[in-house]
Amino acid sequence: MTSTSPASRLRADSVTVGYGEVPVVRDLTFAIPDGKVTTIIGPNGCGKSTMLRTLARLLRPSSGTVLLDGEPIQSLPTREIARRMALLPQTPVAPEGLLVRDLVGRGRHPHQRWFSQWSPEDEQVVESALAMTDTADLRDRALDQLSGGQRQRAWIAMTLAQDTELLLLDEPTTYLDLAHQVEVLDLVTRLNRERGRTVAMVLHDLNLAARYSDHMVVMKDGAIVTQGTPTDVVTAAMLREVFGLDADVLPDPRTELPIIVPRSSAEAVAAAPHPESTPLLP
Amino acid sequence: MTTRSRLTRTSTPTATLRVGPASWLVPLRAALITVVALVALAFLVVLDISLGDFEIPFGDVISTLLGGGDPGQQFIVNELRLPQTLVAVLVGAALGLSGALTQTFARNPLASPDILGVTQGAALGAVAVIVLSGASGNGSSLVTGTLQRLGLPLAAFLGGLLTALVLYLFSWRRGVDGQRLVLVGIGLSAALGAMTSWLLVRAREAELASAQVWLNGSLNARGWDQAWPMIWTLAVLVPVSLLLVLSLNTMMLGDDSARGLGVRLQVTQLLTLLAAVGLVAVAVSAVGPLEFVAFVVPQIALRLTGGSRPPMLASMVLGACLVVGANLLTRVVIPVPLPAGIVTAAIGAPYLIWLLLRANRKVSA
Repeated sequence: MTSTSPASRLRADSVTVGYGEVPVVRDLTFAIPDGKVTTIIGPNGCGKSTMLRTLARLLRPSSGTVLLDGEPIQSLPTREIARRMALLPQTPVAPEGLLVRDLVGRGRHPHQRWFSQWSPEDEQVVESALAMTDTADLRDRALDQLSGGQRQRAWIAMTLAQDTELLLLDEPTTYLDLAHQVEVLDLVTRLNRERGRTVAMVLHDLNLAARYSDHMVVMKDGAIVTQGTPTDVVTAAMLREVFGLDADVLPDPRTELPIIVPRSSAEAVAAAPHPESTPLLP
Repeated sequence: MTTRSRLTRTSTPTATLRVGPASWLVPLRAALITVVALVALAFLVVLDISLGDFEIPFGDVISTLLGGGDPGQQFIVNELRLPQTLVAVLVGAALGLSGALTQTFARNPLASPDILGVTQGAALGAVAVIVLSGASGNGSSLVTGTLQRLGLPLAAFLGGLLTALVLYLFSWRRGVDGQRLVLVGIGLSAALGAMTSWLLVRAREAELASAQVWLNGSLNARGWDQAWPMIWTLAVLVPVSLLLVLSLNTMMLGDDSARGLGVRLQVTQLLTLLAAVGLVAVAVSAVGPLEFVAFVVPQIALRLTGGSRPPMLASMVLGACLVVGANLLTRVVIPVPLPAGIVTAAIGAPYLIWLLLRANRKVSA
């Protein structure tokens, strides 16, 4: 990974990071390809969120460096990083009753000064972020009155208002039902295709990750197992090795992208029914 | 879930004030509340100066304050009553702002300097000076001379600062959690209270009397000696606090979001804490620990202004209103002379109980 062919503004160079003494991520080197949607996947506790948080400079590596535009991220001022890279944390908090437009307005923080708290440019970027995320109609609603999907779109609008090319999303679909997950990921795709945003995110759902990613990074035990396009990465062998999951991988008839169909251990039971089994419904 | 009661607050319209290329965000309702509170404060101040053993009519108070009046009125207004009222205004403003800062810092309405033990730390420092110095020969006055002007505020500041540092260290686990901060703070204030009691037990009778009057938060016989340190402190710390507004607004979105948005978290937290401690310390050293002002006022201000965090300016003005009002009550309305701290505690304690009950209901809902 010393010379990756696609350009990368954000890369990790033999990064080791952990909480306290125990390293969660060991000697990791990889790059977020520019202009693509990259998803980090892996089983619980594999260090994928830790990695994303390290890329966002929320965690400091015990060794190795994260490079943003070729500069070590630890040496850049916080505000400067925030002008180049936006982050949506896993569990963001908002004060009671905060309005959508105020939340999105806070995205302008890295561009604001005490004597320039609301420039015409701030106004314009916020309007554009609201329009892009279909939250313009919700602007005068309080965040805690919205549905999960609407709320997540508002938070993404806030990161958009930061007006950065790089966007890091830490499990943006957690706690959402499937329709809202799709709603959020469709938005992520549009940000990438229409606005040229580079997106790096952590996702739990493998099928959605395969459906919405250009590039997938698979992690296990704090190391990268494999990476590449969804078709290259998502295989029955990978699922067994990394997730310990027996599954068939079928191509989506429409998109040709891999679909994971887990094999349930109940199938074996169904194949040889118990002699005394009774139907569930009379 | 549906039965839980909650005050629904929503943010209110914000105007943009533009001067050339510069621009400021002005929350309209907070601005309106601040102006109304200023008018109320002006009324209370004139009332406080007017009433007393020797009553001076309203009109005369105003004309004397503006330079008129006869020599007798000038003496009573400018020498006797104005300094004490001014101290009340400054103390209220300092405590209101300090509470707004710590409650914002911890994102928790319970996290005010008097609950967190910062006030008690400052009080312990000041009591130590009163009791241990033994400099006061007679029981009627506190520590005298230079020591009173410098030693008391300094000891109070050091006491408050040390408390804040211990608090910060004990509650730091990869970030400051509001809940943990409050729990550690409650323990800390109990310990500091015990140490103050121990000092009082050891004190000689003369020091004991002055320390105890002081500990109840009394505005009696306060004047320019107390006003000046407060004026200087406020002149520095109010602008510092106002400069932190944007960062504090952003910090309300959680530590991770704040850092992602370019807030220098540690620097902002440190400045906020130092400003809050400085304000409390100077207020405590001037009049003693006036209980619950820093705790109640920012929350009242928040409910009036409807923002997402306690407003700074409105908290200052409302804090001043409360302390001047409490002073007025103890001086004029209540027949027995009582320290103003008892009045503020009488207002604050029921509110604390209500807040705790409400928080409890929220958790169990």
